[in-house]
Amino acid sequence: MMAYLAQRVLQSLGVLWAVTVITFALLYLLPADPARLVAGRSATPEVVERVRHELGLDRPILQRYLGYLGGVLQGDLGRSYLQKIQVSELLASRLVPTLELTLAGVLFELLLGIPAGILAALRRGGWLDQGIMLLSFAGVAAPQFALGLLLLYVLAYKLALFPLGGYGGWEHLVLPALALGLAGGGWYARIMRSSMLEVLSQDYVRTARAKGLAGPVVVYKHALRNALLPIVAMIGTDLGTFMGGVVVVESVFGWPGIGQLTWQAIQTVDIPVILGAVTFTALFIVLANLLADLVYPLLDPRVQYR
Amino acid sequence: MNPRFRQRFLRNRAGLFGLGVVLLILGMALLAPWLAPKDPSQQFFDGLTLEGKPLPPGGQFLLGTDTLGRDLLSRLIWGARASMLVGLVANGAAVLIGMLVGASAGYFGGWIGGLLMRFTDVMMAFPALLLAIALAAILKPSLWIVALVIALVNWVQVARVIYAQTLTLAQKEYVEAARALGAGNRRILLRHLLPHLFPTLVVYGSLGLSTTVLLEAALSFLGVGVQPPTPSWGGIINESQSYFTDAPWLVAFPGLAILVTSLAFNLLGDALREALDPTLR
Repeated sequence: MMAYLAQRVLQSLGVLWAVTVITFALLYLLPADPARLVAGRSATPEVVERVRHELGLDRPILQRYLGYLGGVLQGDLGRSYLQKIQVSELLASRLVPTLELTLAGVLFELLLGIPAGILAALRRGGWLDQGIMLLSFAGVAAPQFALGLLLLYVLAYKLALFPLGGYGGWEHLVLPALALGLAGGGWYARIMRSSMLEVLSQDYVRTARAKGLAGPVVVYKHALRNALLPIVAMIGTDLGTFMGGVVVVESVFGWPGIGQLTWQAIQTVDIPVILGAVTFTALFIVLANLLADLVYPLLDPRVQYR
Repeated sequence: MNPRFRQRFLRNRAGLFGLGVVLLILGMALLAPWLAPKDPSQQFFDGLTLEGKPLPPGGQFLLGTDTLGRDLLSRLIWGARASMLVGLVANGAAVLIGMLVGASAGYFGGWIGGLLMRFTDVMMAFPALLLAIALAAILKPSLWIVALVIALVNWVQVARVIYAQTLTLAQKEYVEAARALGAGNRRILLRHLLPHLFPTLVVYGSLGLSTTVLLEAALSFLGVGVQPPTPSWGGIINESQSYFTDAPWLVAFPGLAILVTSLAFNLLGDALREALDPTLR
């Protein structure tokens, strides 16, 4: 167990390191000149050069990368080019809204996806199954920005049940979380359905039925527990990805999360912020996957740490 | 084509529906200049209300007009072009790269295989959408850049699946037999392995298109995808985002176009997968 944990942690660190290398290289080798952007359009060449020196952009890229990596290891993600504050401070200021949207989004995915998947599996082949599957396919195929805008139009503008975007109490949270949940819920429903079908065909379920146990007891006590296993890995992935910010949904609803921060940084080519956000997101994805891997064997004794 | 495959595919109503819609959209993209009732970039004098607002659906402009008084239906038909062009190029490239990398890593194994698997691990932890957005924004977006960026993000999935399949295929006896008969690596890969990988490539070609269409739409919606004046479904929503309470049809119709296209490729891909391997559910 400890050996497995140590190996997985090392592997995760390797992955994170590779992410910083690739992102750093891509962002700084692209044909955008951050010094010129920071200095402004009308700046003279001398001013641009001075800004370049101040930002340290006149040093060789390898040297800059090592400096960046050294900083990251000490929790220092550098300073924003434009806002002149620490990237870690910017990220921290967006942490709470991001966490709220992440948890609410995953909650909606589960609330919509799991009952739908179970119902579809139990009514396999019937019209209810076909209807649920069509809806879940549609959820996966729906563009989140259009879905978000239409939710805003109907539920916020026409029916005035929710505010028209922005950040605040729980009523601000419902619509963006619903937009995430409708799309992701489709995936959950599909996975839940096929996992449930597989479990229901297992011998121990047949035994339970043969013993004369009532249908609901078999389904909820014997089958559901095992059928939920694939969902754990999906929750892990979603928690990680959502924590990195959901640019499109945050942009539609004006949600001040990490996605919005990153999107603004991309538009202004504020490279330290983009770099910091990508690294931060990768950290969360890796952590969430690690957590899912560790929880898995606790839920399913057949799975061994290896 | 395997007759059993055809039989199974033809029985799948959802898949046939998907295929029909896919053909319809491809036809729309190809024939856009002849199908579109109006010039998609012409700003019509009578295309706006007296207060300068877009016209709702009905009348001369079947699906209404956009904020500049352009015919929405014509822009949607032309938008299919951008969507299909980016989708086919991006996904074609992703499948090709994924196949080359996956098959060679699976066949040759050794450090190439190890390296690939480590690299896919890294790509799995990568916030792909963030990266795509950043690249597209910094590289001065165009149709080709968008396709390239999407391909760079999407090939990993294909590579992983092809790698796993090649790994098992390479152990089969007929591969050994071919080698014993003196076939070179090239011949084995092209003549003996590729035909078995083909079904997977077809499935991913179709399923991948459904995500590619969504990704292109999202990039265009954010303004870093297909650039105006070229009409694109995501772009239309981007342009009308701030008017959506006045003109919800400018969000609903392009949104529906994206949904239907992505859904059709998804249904088609799923039906192909089931027909090719009925043991999978």
